Amino acid sequence: MPDRAVAPIMKIRNMNKFFGGLHAVDSVSFDVKEGIIKSVIGPNGAGKTTMFNMIAGYHIPESGEVYYRDTLLTGKKPFQIASHGIFRTFQNLKLSTHMSVLENVLLGCHTRGSAGFLSGMLSLRKGREEEKRAVESVIPVLEWLGIADMKDTEVGNLSFGDQRAVELARALASDPSVLLLDEPAAGLNMHETDILSERIRAIKDKGKTILLVEHDMSLVMDISDEIVVLNFGQKIAEGIPEDIQRNNDVIRIYLGGEDA
Amino acid sequence: MKRYYPVLLLAAVIIIIQLLTLITGREFLLTQLTMSAYYVLVAAGLCMVMGYAGQISLGQAGFFAIGGYTTAYLTTINFSPMSGKAVFKVLDAAGLLVTKTTLYGDTLVHLNPWISFILSVLIAGFSAYILGVPILRLKGHYLAMATMGFGIIVYRIVLGTRMFGEADGISNVPSFSLIPGIRVSGDISRRTVNYYISWLLVILAVLLLTNLINSRVGRALRSLHGSEEAADAMGVDTARYKVAVFVTGAVMASVAGFFLTHYNGGIGPSEAGVAKSVRYVAIVAVGGMANLWGSIIMGLILNFLSLRGVFGHFDDAVFGIILVLMMMFMPDGFINRSFFNTLKSIIRKIKSNRGDSNA
Repeated sequence: MPDRAVAPIMKIRNMNKFFGGLHAVDSVSFDVKEGIIKSVIGPNGAGKTTMFNMIAGYHIPESGEVYYRDTLLTGKKPFQIASHGIFRTFQNLKLSTHMSVLENVLLGCHTRGSAGFLSGMLSLRKGREEEKRAVESVIPVLEWLGIADMKDTEVGNLSFGDQRAVELARALASDPSVLLLDEPAAGLNMHETDILSERIRAIKDKGKTILLVEHDMSLVMDISDEIVVLNFGQKIAEGIPEDIQRNNDVIRIYLGGEDA
Repeated sequence: MKRYYPVLLLAAVIIIIQLLTLITGREFLLTQLTMSAYYVLVAAGLCMVMGYAGQISLGQAGFFAIGGYTTAYLTTINFSPMSGKAVFKVLDAAGLLVTKTTLYGDTLVHLNPWISFILSVLIAGFSAYILGVPILRLKGHYLAMATMGFGIIVYRIVLGTRMFGEADGISNVPSFSLIPGIRVSGDISRRTVNYYISWLLVILAVLLLTNLINSRVGRALRSLHGSEEAADAMGVDTARYKVAVFVTGAVMASVAGFFLTHYNGGIGPSEAGVAKSVRYVAIVAVGGMANLWGSIIMGLILNFLSLRGVFGHFDDAVFGIILVLMMMFMPDGFINRSFFNTLKSIIRKIKSNRGDSNA
């Protein structure tokens, strides 16, 4: 955990979400400091994914706010949130399987471009130069993730692990300031998970902030700077991994029992 | 530049077909080829909407009819009884009226088709926008039903309205002077010129659409087909893009409707029918969905056969059956990726055989 005082890059304030009678997220607040890896964990049905989708703009909360620096994000659509430099990945990969790896990753550069319908139809020079710059900028990302040699392959023909890498590359393509990772280790084997944790650390070292929802406890404990624990929609603990591991409430919900 | 090679090939094929009809003395075929070109234009627009952006539209015939009927109505009103009125004077002063004398010496004053062209496109584009904003939130079958509903509404309106000629449609639509000396007209003496006008329009559309497909916007549209949620997460304003591509398709259909109406000298309600919309969908499906060239090739072949009367009484049924069979057995279309891959491997084999024989 960085000891210098850093202003939070994201503030989550008093978020509430109901699904019918279920209080899926119950008055949850926390901060994400700039340049750290923060994880949200909790048992199944704890409200992690709902929380995540509210931050990314896919669910509208009943009450509460999400701020990015001083900008209120709540109420904005996902594409508007992306335009602030906040990019996400999906737990169940969402890729265009008929498009090549390069095209999928270039989609991540969408917010940086400005060429519209007319420019596209007339193939104006400004748009073509924009395209060239975008391609040049994503090649290093592809190389870093080891998928550069398959850039012209259709994504549908790749292995699951490589598809995960394409998703990560797409989210990184536009040089985001905050990266939201939704269970990035789901479906990966131990070796692939190790590589993933190396990569997430490397992304953080480039100065990015990462908010992570994850089931894989060893990954979370390994890479997180801070952890928020949810249970039945409520925040029951927040702190550095060492504290969370010693927290009695957390041990009780994960191991069961009354007297842990 | 490489992506323009197929366009050159298309241009060559168009010229070869014309020369073949000339040599074999079958120039009458050019009429159906010209009409096919206009239907191909509709299919190419739908290919963008449905094939690339993944938004099904069963209302393309409605937009075609809006283009055709707008111009048919506006260019057949006789303004001469209104010659004293202010509207007439304004239009006349602006040079927007065309005066003609009939066989019996009566004077007919019509609106210049260029005005109705602009209005056709504007009305079709505007209706697509008004319709698209609410219904493009729908997905799959619901979107198909909503667009089909629009198609049916247009069909019933033109069928039931006196000013649109009810079941007879509108006839005696004047020819359209594109530039001095070149007219969009079904006159036999202008058959070859009109064949080239129609296919030039297709080539122009293909150029614009190929550019679009390979641009930033095209990528966003295609990704929308793959996963709308992901496109959204990457900053694509999906609602706006869907409406924009829908309007593009509608404008292309209305341009086709405009030209074909002037070429045929009239338009009837069957052009607005749901069977026609199904036909366009069938062409895009059999052409391989996200495959502009597939839509163009299949659009040409199927429309030409249909216009030549090859399918006889089963005309509409044939297209329905094609659609059902495609969905059941070849959801990727007939001219799909594997079709091109097979083609490439055959060419490669021929080349390597030739290499062997040379050695």
